[in-house]
Amino acid sequence: MSKRESIETRHYAERDAFFAGLRRLSRRSFLKVAGLSAGVAAAKSLFPPHGFQLVDVADAADRPFTFAYISDTHLYPRRVNDRFVRAILKAVDDVNNLDPQPDFVLFGGDLAQLGQKEELELGAQILKAVKAPIHMMVGEHDWFLDMGDHWRQLFGPEQYSFDHKGVHFVTIMSVQEKDFWTARGMTPMERMKTVAGLDNGVQSRFEVGDAGREWLKNDLAKVDKATPLVVFSHSPLYKYYRPWNFWTEDADEVQAILQPFQNVTVIHGHTHQLLTNRIGNIHFHGMLSTAWPWPYAPEGLPKLTIQMNRADPFDQFDGCGDGTVDVIESGLVNALYNLWDRNPVTVKASYVSSGTQDRPPQTKLGSY
Amino acid sequence: MRRTISLALAGALALVLSAALLTRSRAADPVHPAAPSRNGNMMVTLCDGETSAEIPGVHEGERPTREQAADVARRLMDEWRRKNPGASWDDAVQVAQAVRPGETIPPERVPPPSPGVKPAPREGAAEGAHEAGETQQRGGGATAGGAGGLPAAPQGDVQSGHTYGAFSERDERIWAAETDKFVKQGHAIFHDATAVGSANAVSCDMCHPDASNTHPETYPKFQVQLGRVALLRDMINWCIQNPTRGRPLPDDDPKLKAIEAYILAQRKGTPLEYGKH
Repeated sequence: MSKRESIETRHYAERDAFFAGLRRLSRRSFLKVAGLSAGVAAAKSLFPPHGFQLVDVADAADRPFTFAYISDTHLYPRRVNDRFVRAILKAVDDVNNLDPQPDFVLFGGDLAQLGQKEELELGAQILKAVKAPIHMMVGEHDWFLDMGDHWRQLFGPEQYSFDHKGVHFVTIMSVQEKDFWTARGMTPMERMKTVAGLDNGVQSRFEVGDAGREWLKNDLAKVDKATPLVVFSHSPLYKYYRPWNFWTEDADEVQAILQPFQNVTVIHGHTHQLLTNRIGNIHFHGMLSTAWPWPYAPEGLPKLTIQMNRADPFDQFDGCGDGTVDVIESGLVNALYNLWDRNPVTVKASYVSSGTQDRPPQTKLGSY
Repeated sequence: MRRTISLALAGALALVLSAALLTRSRAADPVHPAAPSRNGNMMVTLCDGETSAEIPGVHEGERPTREQAADVARRLMDEWRRKNPGASWDDAVQVAQAVRPGETIPPERVPPPSPGVKPAPREGAAEGAHEAGETQQRGGGATAGGAGGLPAAPQGDVQSGHTYGAFSERDERIWAAETDKFVKQGHAIFHDATAVGSANAVSCDMCHPDASNTHPETYPKFQVQLGRVALLRDMINWCIQNPTRGRPLPDDDPKLKAIEAYILAQRKGTPLEYGKH
């Protein structure tokens, strides 16, 4: 199948193949059709395929497997800014063209720029074109206009967990902030714009908060400590650079909840850069943004991070991208950074664990 | 031929002179006509427009010697002081006239007392630097040691006696505040898509928090993508035109200057490395 065909063309081709296959079902074609049907089911809905699949592909010990991500799209309404719309469409094409398809796609938060209905709905509409099932995560840009009301209407609760092929996945809401707006008499939009500014010292620092940590403890109470754990959070669940909120204020408490598990990986958004860290047995990988890359902070960069080359400002897509995450036998992950217009960079679990083996390629153009 | 040229030159000269005269008359400088000397001596009038003195033995159109000029200046000032016994000088002059440690003041150099003006203690400047250093915030304006942080005053035996550089801590604070105000204007524009003329709601800070990755210290440099040597302002304008889809600002636009000021203020202390890639 040509990669140049539109999503719709491919959808209808698959649909036709599916129904044609049903008519002349042999043992060999049954397997083929079963795989395709999963794709058809996924393309129809944001939810994971269930009853209408021919076979149930979920097998508790069926590792390794792959999921993909799209993150930090920062959409304005289309009439205001089509630049960021073009970028998310490129990412949707990327994940839809993955062959084989990922088991699911994580959306890493900051779908909208200013949390407006029009922005969130534009994003929801675009993400419907993703063929694989999507798991949504909320970012501060989605949240602080109406404190998550519209986002929850569109995508459901902001904290949830699920099990997939023997791995326990948890999405936590790590971008709560202590009330800085009431005392200042801010309107919802003023609050939103304050949070939207990275170098804005007025806002509070991100946190999971008491309720969020309690929820996490309860969720993990029933999970065996040997079960691999993958946590999705929008902000990095550690302390990188406070002035830009590359930071979670109660990160230490959250890490304490995760430490008892043998294999823990945190996949986070917000930082718009290749970012690698390990604290104890917890591996951390940052996600790329589709909208713009962020410079590395002037201090606090984790030692394990090999910086991605700085971006060419003359190329809209440089330093941006999406990625895939391979969950390996151990339950840890190899993170592939699909940097647009550059060679991809893979940060393997073996590198994060050892700090020396399988070192990713060196930086050529570092930060100023 | 030569005649024509000199005529043309004379004409040009006349034009220049008349232009200069026009400029003068437009500026309307104060004129202090002094009564002519009875002896035909040169008359000099003080800038108060009232006090005059003549230079004995020097006629209008002649050039007084240095000593004669200093003498008439001293006499004019003495007369002014006599007329204005309560007037005081600026801090700057007090500092300039301050006595070096161990030196005795000749009685004629003792300045008149200045009510309400506290002489500027130089230790005060050092205290000020400490305060400014503690209260500085990233991104809001000047960084540590920026315009707000005054340099420590030199200790011990210090050269003195001239008015240039003889300014008070208060002067330095005013200048620092003015500079920081300019930087803050730049901070505001840098963080405001509308102010920068963005057509797609993108503002500078979205890619450059705290003006990071703007590296003003590397300009001028050959900007490979442009195929020519660029200055920081060229890149500011490039960003305004492209990522923010706005219109480039003229070189003398106050907004462009303020953005430059903000960016430079964020990189204080970074060594200049023009041409760096």
